[in-house]
Amino acid sequence: MPATCSACGTSPAALRRPKTGHALCRACFLAAFEEETHQAIVAGRLFRPGETVAIGASGGKDSTVLAHLLQLLDQRHGYGLRLLLLSVDEGIAGYRDASLAAVRRHQHRSGLPLHVVSYRQLYGWSMDRIARHLGPRNNCTFCGVFRRQALDRGALLMGADKIATGHNADDVAETVLMNFLRGDVGRLRRGAGAGPAGGEGAVPRCKPLRHAYEKEIVLYAYFQGLDYFSTECVYAPQAYRGYARALLKELEAARPSAVADLGHSGERLSLRSDLRMPARGTCQRCGYVASQPLCKACVLLEGLDRGLPKLGIGKHRRLRDKLQDGQPLTQEERRRLGALAEEEPPEEQVPLGELGRDEELWGKQELRGPRDLDF
Amino acid sequence: MAAPMSLLVEFGGGAELLFDGVKKHQVTLPCQPEPWDIRNLLKWIKQNLLKERPELFIQGDTVRPGILVLINDADWELMGELDYKLQDQDNVVFISTLHGG
Repeated sequence: MPATCSACGTSPAALRRPKTGHALCRACFLAAFEEETHQAIVAGRLFRPGETVAIGASGGKDSTVLAHLLQLLDQRHGYGLRLLLLSVDEGIAGYRDASLAAVRRHQHRSGLPLHVVSYRQLYGWSMDRIARHLGPRNNCTFCGVFRRQALDRGALLMGADKIATGHNADDVAETVLMNFLRGDVGRLRRGAGAGPAGGEGAVPRCKPLRHAYEKEIVLYAYFQGLDYFSTECVYAPQAYRGYARALLKELEAARPSAVADLGHSGERLSLRSDLRMPARGTCQRCGYVASQPLCKACVLLEGLDRGLPKLGIGKHRRLRDKLQDGQPLTQEERRRLGALAEEEPPEEQVPLGELGRDEELWGKQELRGPRDLDF
Repeated sequence: MAAPMSLLVEFGGGAELLFDGVKKHQVTLPCQPEPWDIRNLLKWIKQNLLKERPELFIQGDTVRPGILVLINDADWELMGELDYKLQDQDNVVFISTLHGG
């Protein structure tokens, strides 16, 4: 038999908490986990009464636990929130279609409204088609950039004041590690993924689970019998994040506080005040937040639409300038930008429906869609 | 001499994908000279149940970091981990935390 719960002193313990080392029984753990999430929401002033909050819902463990907790805590503590589920369909066969089915099951059980935005509707490109052009590497770059905007657009469309995402302490620690290893000073300054995460996009964001360990999220879902989807994305095995993740898990095995400590480092890191940072402006083409004339999504789309998928990846400034000046590229230069030997036939057109009209999407903010202007 | 032992072994959180997608396995461990513990259960699983990419489940003589183990619904960290002596009818659950969020 395991030890007795250190909180109630009567029931057998069900887990050792990674952050504190305390052994708790199932009931005391569930209560503590819920209370700590509530405290994080209160202390961080994440929500205000009357706000509409779009929960980024992937069908995976983190967003499933987040949606469950926000609904429960909103009822228990009277936050006065209007909660919505917002999903992004990247167009990844065998992965996102199955995870969206899990979101729909959650929608039916919880009664929360659900809205799905898709890459094909927003950008004209599904991830599967992007991957066919791009090959096995860099897919997560496209997907991450596109998802950030897609969530903003979906949230605006739903009239949400805020986006809550299921990022946990492990995700935050991985991001700090990755930004540090890449020397990404801009992201480190903006909290390295640990900060309030607002201000980067069009809609403020918050991460109510950013102090919660992955182990506890998974055990919370397990003990509550929550139904979630868990399959590795087909494109993820090539991603750099996987290496940061493996390293973090080994660090955690040696010293469990490493996860929280890395998040703390990200929050506390201060940069030299004379460090020049890129000015934040808006994208000339779509009006999204950008530090360059074009936002990252528009540059990536530009490359895809020109049949040069690597245009927006890595250091190709000279070639981008050349294109901008209307100069032709050599075969070798086109090859470096990932040009395919033969063009594949365009993807079947999706009826645009209400989501395809970018003016409407961005109407509230007077922004235009990324595909509205010619390069 | 350890008698044959009947266990319910479960895989979840994506770990089942390494076991032909099957989550629940009712298994009978054969007689062997030394008592069954988690350490030799893992060896047995590797030889008898694991269908693909063993390195995603087992590293060295233990589970890959990021896989949670529950013995009769209690965290194995409270039960002696690899040294836990299995009992007939025990329930051992392996949950991967390494898959999408």
